[in-house]
Amino acid sequence: MNRGDDMRFLMMTTDDGSAPAGPPDEKLQVEMGKFIEEMSRSGALLATGGLEPGGTRIKSSGGKVTVLDGPFTEAKEAVVGFALIEVGSREEAIELSKRFWAIIGDGQGVIQQVFGPDDIPGA
Amino acid sequence: MTASDEPGARRAPARGTGVHASIDAVWRLEAARIIAGLARMVHDIGLAEELAQDALVAALEQWPESGVPDNPGAWLMAVGKRRAVDRIRRLRRLDDKIEEMGRDLETQAPPEEFDVPDDDRIEDDVLRLVFTACHPVLSAQARVALTLRMLGGLTTEEIAHAFLVPEATVAQRIVRAKRTLSEANVPFEVPEGPGRAARLASVLEVVYLIFNEGYAASAGDAWVRADLCREALRLGRILAELAPGEPEVHGLAALMEIQASRTRARTGPSGEPVPLLEQDRGRWDRLLIHRGFAALLRAKKIGEPPGPYVLQAAIAACHAQAPAAEDTDWAQIASLYEVLARVAPSPVVELNRAVAVGMADGAEKGLELADALADEPALRGYHLLPSVRGDLLARLGRLEEARTQFERAAELTRNAPERKVLLDRAASLSSPAP
Repeated sequence: MNRGDDMRFLMMTTDDGSAPAGPPDEKLQVEMGKFIEEMSRSGALLATGGLEPGGTRIKSSGGKVTVLDGPFTEAKEAVVGFALIEVGSREEAIELSKRFWAIIGDGQGVIQQVFGPDDIPGA
Repeated sequence: MTASDEPGARRAPARGTGVHASIDAVWRLEAARIIAGLARMVHDIGLAEELAQDALVAALEQWPESGVPDNPGAWLMAVGKRRAVDRIRRLRRLDDKIEEMGRDLETQAPPEEFDVPDDDRIEDDVLRLVFTACHPVLSAQARVALTLRMLGGLTTEEIAHAFLVPEATVAQRIVRAKRTLSEANVPFEVPEGPGRAARLASVLEVVYLIFNEGYAASAGDAWVRADLCREALRLGRILAELAPGEPEVHGLAALMEIQASRTRARTGPSGEPVPLLEQDRGRWDRLLIHRGFAALLRAKKIGEPPGPYVLQAAIAACHAQAPAAEDTDWAQIASLYEVLARVAPSPVVELNRAVAVGMADGAEKGLELADALADEPALRGYHLLPSVRGDLLARLGRLEEARTQFERAAELTRNAPERKVLLDRAASLSSPAP
């Protein structure tokens, strides 16, 4: 893994549906704020945000687009928050993610590399 | 100085997978904070850097066996501090200056094994590190090398590769820079009062130099250059967090974000440079433009008269705002250049102003300004002067003169793809316009 290219990663926290509904509690928000600060200070953070539970689903099938409003209680591993970062390697993304979980405690998430319009995934 | 100052004596871990890749990542994230924290202890950034390297070597030896600790930054800092104490004890009888430092140290509490440092203090230390590494007692080259090494955590080899110079040269620059700082007794501090602005300008200059080295389409390995751009952008973002009250810091960050947003569109399919007005704006990175605008807004909110970086960022923002090249607000850009010419006068700014005025008020007005620069010694040999004049002359229908100017510009540029573009332009002017 080289640090030569600009590498963007989307770090997502997921929720398996067991967490209580509603906005995250104050303590979590403060801790999240600290993490965002640390990522800003490392120069890595490009954007961050939380996502509404459920959301609106769009499905296209046979030329027909169907729109469905949430919540979708059956949804497993829904994404609840994200941070878009720019770092030199996947290991750096993982290292930052470790720090995030050290603050947050239990939970799970996904890190996926973000490709631009000119990138060919896997190339 | 010590034996460890020899070029190439120490290096960061080799790139690879597994533990080494993790160590590399940790080092990159933590190097500045560790060096800065140690520098506050020993009052010497050269020594601090060596101690940090010692800690890194210890990590390379131990982590593959023990695994990466939960708080790797604190681990490295604790080892660095222990080495500092060892080193000072050993050198005490040899050097009065170090003896004095050692006494300071002994009065401090012994380092905790895994103390979690106070964030604010650490960030202050990092800012001090930036200001010390960019001290004007050093040459621009030395400041750049030292900043990349200390703040960016880059190895000598990586810096050498990026600047296309031999590794020994970079190593020498760093050794000499550290010695110069030590001999000049440069304090480890952020200057206050009237000296602060001048020192900040020196810091910003270094970061922008790094960015331009990567951004300017000159000879070299494009891959490495993109790396340099990203490093400068990262340093700019870090600075904006460290010194949030300084509008010029946000101005520089904004300028780099917006310029970097065009990276994908700046090169054509065969590697040729694509001028700003001919770029496919759909390939500009909207996220970076957005971040640039946000940084510019932060600068403006501080409410001081705009400095050179804020003004240049505002100009870049004007271009970024235009959905298509023909929508560009040239009148606004021309007036921004006018202010810039007053705040930071230079022949290059005047030349850019000539372009903007030429677009806003007609080629004749632009040519007047460009012609006034013809005898400017600083622009002798600068290919963009004849290139701009050629462009303005062509628009006025003075094709023969325009062709001569483009040929002259092609002679002066050292960049092969750019030369081809200019010669093509000249050739297109030799036949009568359709």
